[in-house]
Amino acid sequence: MNRPIKNSRKLSRDVAIVGAGMSKFGAFPGISSRDLFLDAFQEMRLSVDRGFDPREIEALYIGNFSSDIFEGQGHTAAILADWTGLTPRPATRVEDACASSGVALRQGILAVASGLYDIVLVGGIEKMTDMPTSQVTDALATASDTLYEVPAGFTFPGFYAAMATAYMHAYGASVESFMRVGLKNHENGALNEKAQFGATIRQVMDKKIAGALAKGRPAPQWEDELAFLKDERANPVIAWPMRLFDCSPISDGATALLLVSAEIARNFSEAPLYVVGSGQASDAALHDRDTLTALCSAQLAAREAYQMAGVSARDIKIAEVHDCFTIAEIIATEDLGFFPAGQGYRAAEEGLTSRQGSKPVNTSGGLKSKGHPVGASGAGQVVEVWKQMRGEAGARQVAGTLDLALTHNVGGTGQTSVVHIFERR
Amino acid sequence: MATNEFTRAAYQQGLGEHRLMGSRCLRCGSVYLPPRGLCRACHSDEMEWVELNGVGKLLALTTIHIAPTAMLYAGYGRENPYCAGIVRLEDGPAISAQILGVDASHPEAVPLGTPCRVEYVERPAGEGVQTFLAFRLE
Repeated sequence: MNRPIKNSRKLSRDVAIVGAGMSKFGAFPGISSRDLFLDAFQEMRLSVDRGFDPREIEALYIGNFSSDIFEGQGHTAAILADWTGLTPRPATRVEDACASSGVALRQGILAVASGLYDIVLVGGIEKMTDMPTSQVTDALATASDTLYEVPAGFTFPGFYAAMATAYMHAYGASVESFMRVGLKNHENGALNEKAQFGATIRQVMDKKIAGALAKGRPAPQWEDELAFLKDERANPVIAWPMRLFDCSPISDGATALLLVSAEIARNFSEAPLYVVGSGQASDAALHDRDTLTALCSAQLAAREAYQMAGVSARDIKIAEVHDCFTIAEIIATEDLGFFPAGQGYRAAEEGLTSRQGSKPVNTSGGLKSKGHPVGASGAGQVVEVWKQMRGEAGARQVAGTLDLALTHNVGGTGQTSVVHIFERR
Repeated sequence: MATNEFTRAAYQQGLGEHRLMGSRCLRCGSVYLPPRGLCRACHSDEMEWVELNGVGKLLALTTIHIAPTAMLYAGYGRENPYCAGIVRLEDGPAISAQILGVDASHPEAVPLGTPCRVEYVERPAGEGVQTFLAFRLE
């Protein structure tokens, strides 16, 4: 009766990324998700070094959390197939909350690895900004347990804030630890032309000072960036201890990736990214877990991906992790094994996750600064590692040989986690 | 009708009667709040109702300043933040709930681990009013 569960999984054949693109992330009134997806699709096409005919694409996997609520439009994958001229190819929408396009990527990988298809388009879309904040909050809350978590009054900032208080209690982190993550991600995002907030915290402060002076008001005085972030008026509490600059924004955006079987990758790309690890796991509601200071699903997804790739955390050169809130990045760097449990906040304070640090995390600016169009975010992480590993990240390029990179995409509070590892050969 | 009786509706009926009703697996003894009809630990569907004593300790806490619409209707929001948290019950399970008895402007004054006790609050829901689970710090 006791059948063994596989403790190491392998893809049936290797898969590579040969193209990656994204729209700008931001707030674009009146622009629909399909319009943004065309930007991502066209940029993806241009990124394919040796070119390709879109008609070669055999299937689409589209991550999308809730166009139903945000845009009043369900069944989005077929619409994107049509808008990109790809009907009658099978088009499948994948929904796992904020992990939707990370999981869509995994579905695309599995489809190619199975041998069914050789060339697959993976995309992600979300259009969130046409609604008032309270309704967006309600829509996002459907990614949690609406029967047993939402009635408590929890919001997504609230869930992560609760994890933050448990983390502070367990390990002695302070709100400053979280602020350091936001500062770092805004530094990175300021160098990313696709970011929603392309500004450092210092630039945000200067803008507020200039705005006050232009209106003939006294200029606000802050000693430094941390003083600004501790100012209740400049950086109000959303859900204590998470403040505005601890939270990813409400965003519109789209992303697109081209996946092919590894044996034909060089026909498309001079520098493909090979998918060497993929892992995914699920978990219960936040209150029904043994710990509030780690995401077990992320730990399991990472373990599966590391085992498949035959590498360990120390081999990873850069990572894009799911920093929907600053506490989430700290926990992610522990769940992925970059730092021991309870040490992630110290690593953030010491700058180890900066572009110049030993383990650069969220060089794109992360969800915090780049923006978080939830269904597009997971594939968007791959766009960043695509650029970094190919040396195309411009002013934010990390130095050295980036032969292994990781992406970590979380749905809800960790009811879903999906981790991928990519290699440049 | 669901064939299992450990439903959301049955749980809500308990809250309305100010009773905190969970379920217990007859095979392995696991206790669940909210109640469930299939044991997560051993997959048995032989469950019984169990009334929990509603005494527990605070595991995590937040004060929510940007409220969802349901809490805005209940009078909460930026000017009147409320607290939500997770409570570990003496009977085993942990549950999400509104937390009462916290000065929302000084949540950091509340140490995690503080004992708390179940309380039932009425809030607007849809057309009418519904009973919601809450805990008050002791």
